[in-house]
Amino acid sequence: MTVEEVLSSFNEIFIDVLDEDDIVVEMETTADDVEDWDSLTHVQLIVAIEKKFKVKFTISEIESYQNVGQMCAAVVEKLNA
Amino acid sequence: MDIKPFNKLKKSLKKDVSGFPVVKLAIAGDSATQFLVPAIKATGADQSLAFEVFEAEYDQIDLQILNRESELYQHSPDFVVIQKSSQKLYSDFIAESLVAKEEFASSTIDQIELYYNTIKQESSAKVLFFNFIEIPDRVFYNYANKLKHSWSYQIRKLNFELMNLAQKHKDLFLIDLSSLNNVHGLRVSHNPVLYHQNTMDLNLDFLPHVANSVVDTVNSSLGKFKKCLILDLDHTCWGGIIGDDGIEGIKIGHTGIGNAFSQLQSWAKSLKERGIILAICSKNNEDTAKEPFEKHPNMVLRLEDISVFIANWENKADNIRYIQSVLNIGFDSMVFIDDNPFERNLVRSELPEVTVPELPEDPALYLQYLADFNLFETASYAISDTDRTKQYQTEAKRKSLQRSYSSIDEYLKNLEMTATVEAFSKFNVARISQLTQRSNQYNLRTQRYSEEDIESMMASKDHLTLSISLKDKYGDYGLISLIILKRKSEKELFIDTWIMSCRVLKRDVEKFVLNELVALAKEQSCDILVGERLPTKKNVLVENHYKDLGFKEQSNLWCLHIVDFKKNKNYIQKN
Repeated sequence: MTVEEVLSSFNEIFIDVLDEDDIVVEMETTADDVEDWDSLTHVQLIVAIEKKFKVKFTISEIESYQNVGQMCAAVVEKLNA
Repeated sequence: MDIKPFNKLKKSLKKDVSGFPVVKLAIAGDSATQFLVPAIKATGADQSLAFEVFEAEYDQIDLQILNRESELYQHSPDFVVIQKSSQKLYSDFIAESLVAKEEFASSTIDQIELYYNTIKQESSAKVLFFNFIEIPDRVFYNYANKLKHSWSYQIRKLNFELMNLAQKHKDLFLIDLSSLNNVHGLRVSHNPVLYHQNTMDLNLDFLPHVANSVVDTVNSSLGKFKKCLILDLDHTCWGGIIGDDGIEGIKIGHTGIGNAFSQLQSWAKSLKERGIILAICSKNNEDTAKEPFEKHPNMVLRLEDISVFIANWENKADNIRYIQSVLNIGFDSMVFIDDNPFERNLVRSELPEVTVPELPEDPALYLQYLADFNLFETASYAISDTDRTKQYQTEAKRKSLQRSYSSIDEYLKNLEMTATVEAFSKFNVARISQLTQRSNQYNLRTQRYSEEDIESMMASKDHLTLSISLKDKYGDYGLISLIILKRKSEKELFIDTWIMSCRVLKRDVEKFVLNELVALAKEQSCDILVGERLPTKKNVLVENHYKDLGFKEQSNLWCLHIVDFKKNKNYIQKN
């Protein structure tokens, strides 16, 4: 799976979790760019991403991500591992 | 009905709850409750309750409950929900001295009783307290069972003493997280990453189950609870079809699949002993349906356990309306259990207030599946609740079987039924032979044929065959009807076999099939169809089959002249 494919799945997850149809996330998107992306939403996003790709994030990984792109890259890396 | 995953459940927060009864909740916890609150609100919205929630700030149980001027009391709640986290409690426990560890459960109980007493002094609220998930002892392991100061000993004692506390105080109700955790397991109920990051003890995947327990408890203490269990018979209370397999053939009791049905019956019997009314709603002849209750040695349920016994060939929604009128209880207090998705969906669509759980295909899984829902949650129990069965039985007898039948045309139309019609083929010889061997009820002449017989008819010029498969938007029923025609003369076709599966009764399949038969007869340039019903003990159902379809009686046979035939209306699309 490529980073782009992962990103498009991410987008669906964001739409579902935030319940907002017109969200478009990009590699550079951060929590500050998306209304309602607070720490609680973050929990739901992480759980949804873990389920979708059947991967697990460690607590330090979760704390280290600065934007969507880094999370996508991490998923791709885990899938290829 | 089902328990939705959190993400889906959350969407119910948008529902308009303005018409629903308002219930005021106050929720306090010592771990993050930010997901618990929406889960409870959304579950409420799904079950017709409008919750107004006061959510205490993180870890403010003491402050909000013991301070008599707190915001919690200003909210004047109907219910106070308290969640003390097991994980938190474990951290507290291991920090204690050896002596304090031995007293841990007792001192925690004292604290909880203090909460309860203070709430009762300051408000009229009922208290819902979450009991504790018994997380494993990570210090003494199995040996913990032998030590009073171990975590295992203290946490189990705590849960046990909580039950005593709840028996002592009438407005204290326990939400049984420990049992829920037994069902789902610690890996579902708790996610260490979420806990360390957000102090969230209860995992997202677990919350919908917790919320469901909370809402069920609230509902039952508001007087909304289930009073009646309505059971189907064939494939629900026993394996097989009583009308086809007979009393020796149905599976019930002892080993294998029969045991699964016995378990379901035992469950129903225990509910009945608790005061739940049992009713039967089955598509069967009444005598046939009652026979196992009277004579089968392995039946757990007997006729005297059943308040209202309905076995006929009418639409089940109408039968449930009738049961309702006899018992005079609300539709929302009834649970209907049936293995057949058609019947479940019919009842759901005509009587949306009746609770109709799905059922897994494998009867071995029935009970485990049903246990996921607190179907018969209650907030009170008195010995006098037991056994109102007699009184209802009398009522049922008195009331005559006058019923109002609603038209189900609309329902049938919405089913989007499609049928495939084809001559017998080598792919379905086995199934066709089996149907001729096993069908007894919707079977006009009960001719039994082996696979060889079927094959020779397929090859014969004097025979015409039709097999009909049915699908609707809920599923594929496979091959459900078959016809074998014998050419008597150039102009006359005799209906040697007409069989239909009882799973698809009341859908006008027979009308659809007759349209096909007539078309086939025309194709063959025949102008008369002749049918016959050979009566057996089991085919009373088709007594009027030909008459109802417009055939005319002639010396024990039934004739249809093709020129007289008008196409029958039905809602089945031909593929």
